[in-house]
Amino acid sequence: MAGTLAEKVWQAHVVRRGENGAPDLLYVDLHLVHEVTSPQAFEGLRVAGRPVRRPDLTIATEDHNTPTLDIDRPIADLTSRTQIETLRANAAEFGIRLHSLGDSDQGIVHQVGPQLGLTMPGLTVVCGDSHTSTHGAFGALAFGIGTSEVEHVLATQTLPLAPFRTMAITVDGRLPPGATSKDVILAIIARIGTGGGQGYVLEYRGEAIRALSMEARMTICNMSIEAGARAGMIAPDETTFAYLEGRPHAPEGADWDAAVEYWRTLRSDDDATFDAEVVLAAKDIEPFVTWGTNPGQGLPLSADVPDPAQIADESARVAAQRALEYMGLTPGQPLRSITVDTVFIGSCTNGRIEDLRSVAKVLKGRRKAESVRVLVVPASARVRLQAEAEGLDRIFLDFGAEWRNAGCSMCLGMNPDQLAPGERAASTSNRNFEGRQGKGGRTHLVSPLVAAATAIRGTLSSLADLDLPAGETFDGSPLAPLDPRLLVQV
Amino acid sequence: MEKFTRHTGVGVPLRRSNVDTDQIIPAVHLKRITRTGFEDALFSAWRADPAFVLNQDAYRNGSVLVAGSDFGTGSSREHAVWALKDYGFRAVLSPRFADIFRGNSGKQGLLAAQVAPEDIELIWKILETRPGTQVTVDLVARTATCDDVVVPIAVDDYTRWRLMEGLDDIGLTLQHADDITAYEASREAWRPRTLPAKHLPVVPVQAARAVSGPTRTR
Repeated sequence: MAGTLAEKVWQAHVVRRGENGAPDLLYVDLHLVHEVTSPQAFEGLRVAGRPVRRPDLTIATEDHNTPTLDIDRPIADLTSRTQIETLRANAAEFGIRLHSLGDSDQGIVHQVGPQLGLTMPGLTVVCGDSHTSTHGAFGALAFGIGTSEVEHVLATQTLPLAPFRTMAITVDGRLPPGATSKDVILAIIARIGTGGGQGYVLEYRGEAIRALSMEARMTICNMSIEAGARAGMIAPDETTFAYLEGRPHAPEGADWDAAVEYWRTLRSDDDATFDAEVVLAAKDIEPFVTWGTNPGQGLPLSADVPDPAQIADESARVAAQRALEYMGLTPGQPLRSITVDTVFIGSCTNGRIEDLRSVAKVLKGRRKAESVRVLVVPASARVRLQAEAEGLDRIFLDFGAEWRNAGCSMCLGMNPDQLAPGERAASTSNRNFEGRQGKGGRTHLVSPLVAAATAIRGTLSSLADLDLPAGETFDGSPLAPLDPRLLVQV
Repeated sequence: MEKFTRHTGVGVPLRRSNVDTDQIIPAVHLKRITRTGFEDALFSAWRADPAFVLNQDAYRNGSVLVAGSDFGTGSSREHAVWALKDYGFRAVLSPRFADIFRGNSGKQGLLAAQVAPEDIELIWKILETRPGTQVTVDLVARTATCDDVVVPIAVDDYTRWRLMEGLDDIGLTLQHADDITAYEASREAWRPRTLPAKHLPVVPVQAARAVSGPTRTR
């Protein structure tokens, strides 16, 4: 029977079929753990006297709470320190591999899995974090879970899962220069809404998706949850295999050959049917920014702040009014006229080496706008090391940016990297919810290229707003092709 | 898990859509390592506003939250469910829930019941006109009753059964431990293992320092 990519991965993991309306029991290939959503799960195991069933399919890292300055000193925030020390104690007690702050493999959990070669096509990947959808870029079925489910996976390496529906999102044609995968996903969310993907696994397809690098694909799948979908997937191809080959945990020899042979079958059959389909034309996608307080409230940068009075749907109108009030914006104001206080470049959405390379290419030889604070936070310690090996850190520092240690940082402001009340940010992260980056903080979600141009001008800007030296094109392509054999592989 | 069959309590009208889990409980409150003690963190940013619904005496002791569409979007934090429960909520009614939030609720005995948008509007009007009116949520009959209005609620059969029986998922799954072991025997050799750990050579990571001059980072 014809099947979609998601259905094929699901079928390969059914341990026990649900009877009488009960959900299927699915096996979990890879369980990623971090300090915020795990302490209560480990406590539950202890109370019940249960071991971790498969420590060898589990890996932990410290990311949400970790400071991005002075990481060689004790963590100043006592509750953050307690939470991190709790993870360390739990990892030791239950025999789980942990990459702690200061370790060269520490970083945001959704960068650590891929860079170690643990994230592969055809896996089921879970983590107590909604951005686990990132790993779907490899053709894995990957989704965020709650703490009770974390405990369930630790104890049983399985999860009972209600069936999902499938949605194909096809992006035809080629992206214009200056438009990136971040703009694609923001445009998709604006189209289908923050609830549009609820109950679905999204599959991104089409020429524009195929042309993307692995890292750009991760950006798209990462934000599937912002459209309400627990998971987003892209069928694996040569780009995927090239990214994986030679990484520390990638299969070797005959195992590699067997894996690739299987991975090539992981695509939706031509006659497979999806429950819903959405089609976008890549040529229409421009640099995109959000103006409101949910990721669906976005528009092309060339647009004006919308007028709620023009919105027909009452619930959307009320939400827009409230968002504009919180954001301190006026209907009709050009988005390009919005002045920002802070530019944040980082997160599991856009803190990878290609993001840093594309930003550095724009910033090189320039100075930041006087009034703007610029934070560059790599997604992992390896990304930081790689950037330093390429000299990108010098470009950021000469520009006037702060070059930080790895972690989730200002994406959610659990550590000291926060916006002050009323402070406005252009952020390459994934959520513009009220107070997300600090109580009273105002967030505009943007691509790394828009973040870079905004850091130069101080107002929301794209590459088109910069005075480019003759001969420079700034099409957003990375500085150099990714060489997987580099000393520090990210 | 505590059984849930029927509950009556004061209804709280939350006339907002897209209530994300960052609003239900902001990230700064996620640092506890226990499952309880989150009641003060619930809607903490909104509760700073004296006009917020939970700051009004008639609703303060509410236990049935009646919210707009797309409740619980965003972060997977189960702390959102713990905070609602710690505050005293036993049920949330909304036209649509985010998938992860709905799943988390079911694990913790908080009823997330889907109610048609026009019925939510009807209940809002009653609760706003007569603050303190009680709502009865009946999982057996699959209804919510507010004053003289009775509306259907939707909960999937499996979650309903588990809530009514108060069953623990892990215990249920471990009844099938033999199936799990059999499945494990069939897994291919290429599938990754995190242990023994493999990685590139360990390289010292320099600690970043604050830049000189004033910084607005708190």
